[in-house]
Amino acid sequence: MKQLDAEALCRQLAEQIRPHVTPATALVGIYTGGLWLAERLHKELGIQQPLGAIDVSFYRDDYGSKGLHAKPQKTGIPFNVDGAHVILVDDVLYTGRTTRAALNELFDFGRPAAVELAVLVDRGSRELPIAARYCAHTLPEALPRDQSLELQRDDTGGFTLKLTQRT
Amino acid sequence: MRNPQLNQHGELQHLLTLDGLPRDILTAILDTAAPFTEVAEREVKKLPLLRGKSVFNLFFENSTRTRTTFEIAAKRLSADVVNLNINTSSAAKGESLLDTVDNLCAMQADMFVVRHAASGAPMLIAQHLQNTGRDHIHVVNAGDGRHAHPTQGLLDMYTIRHFKQDFTNLTVAIVGDVLHSRVARSQIAALTTLGVPEVRVIGPKTLLPTEVEKLGVRVFHDMREGLKGVDVVMMLRLQNERMNGALLPTPQEYYKIWGLTAEKLALAKPDAIVMHPGPMNRGVEIDSAVADGAQAVILPQVTFGIAVRMAVMSMLGSH
Repeated sequence: MKQLDAEALCRQLAEQIRPHVTPATALVGIYTGGLWLAERLHKELGIQQPLGAIDVSFYRDDYGSKGLHAKPQKTGIPFNVDGAHVILVDDVLYTGRTTRAALNELFDFGRPAAVELAVLVDRGSRELPIAARYCAHTLPEALPRDQSLELQRDDTGGFTLKLTQRT
Repeated sequence: MRNPQLNQHGELQHLLTLDGLPRDILTAILDTAAPFTEVAEREVKKLPLLRGKSVFNLFFENSTRTRTTFEIAAKRLSADVVNLNINTSSAAKGESLLDTVDNLCAMQADMFVVRHAASGAPMLIAQHLQNTGRDHIHVVNAGDGRHAHPTQGLLDMYTIRHFKQDFTNLTVAIVGDVLHSRVARSQIAALTTLGVPEVRVIGPKTLLPTEVEKLGVRVFHDMREGLKGVDVVMMLRLQNERMNGALLPTPQEYYKIWGLTAEKLALAKPDAIVMHPGPMNRGVEIDSAVADGAQAVILPQVTFGIAVRMAVMSMLGSH
């Protein structure tokens, strides 16, 4: 895989979303990488609704086999979900299972008017009928399953995409 | 010997006591409880974690708060909850504890929440399940005799961490009837494990266990002396129903010497918090003005208790 410039992708993603932002647009970031990205987009796009955060640990479909994720974080949706135009933000789109879990969790807060998905990178290998409306980069070939691609944030807030071999 | 509460992977298999529970597991429960507190503010107060599981509340002894909060916790995790008050049930007809358990296992129980007047009853059930190869069924001790009340101890630790952040610079006083208190035993075990440098127990000699100082606590028989400079005051209920013989004169006399009043509380640090596991005997171990005062965190304890029980049950229920 060629080196991806996370900062450039982030700017591209913001420009894709910008024409569609309305006063009713609300962003919800999925922990951890998706939330960092959502924080950046929220500022960059001047979103008026407060930023939401979702940790999908309690909605994952592998709880029965893998148990509870260590150190789950607090989900917080500080705007009224009923009638909101929500953009879910994640760093990497893969099987679609995280998005499914986040959708289920979001709907326990109310009935949004619409939900869209924004991701930095689509790495392929979807297992559910889920697609991103906004996507800065789609890998030409799906990544092997034993590789993990994640957004990293350094001390100055700069983004990089890190590819690691799962053990 | 393996800790009977942990499985071969070191995960929590049953929650029976806080005594001997490793610090990382204790901390993991508190960390896991934090995001569960948020669920109470949602429109739909439900998470899907225990969907399809059956939780049996086996209460061989009366309880309102503990049973109710366990029930709410299990229901918020989407479990099916069955409440059994055994006082009025099969045990009264002569059925043995383990026969009751076997019958409920035949009804596809996934978890037992057990309260029993006999110390060790939840452990007996856990061993029975293990000996019969039913490792998928979990036991949570909801209070056994004078032995332990681990979820109360955990919710107390959660409350302290919420208000004081760090355990390692605190002085904590446990006041009253330590002798009959399973709550106090769980509190002392947890406080010690979490690194609280000074745990004090304050009470009359007749209501403190012999050699209580061997638990690693400082003993005070003078309440004013014991409360000086403490960060946390944990009151205990005077357990009249467990007393036989002349352990104390009268409730009025007890209140005069051991009751927490505003005047005695003033000896603690100005930002000290006051806790009580409930049910409170107002005017016996605690004055109403203190129980309803600005330093009391007794009702937050109850709310946090739901999140802590959700954390315990969701950690058990995944395997």
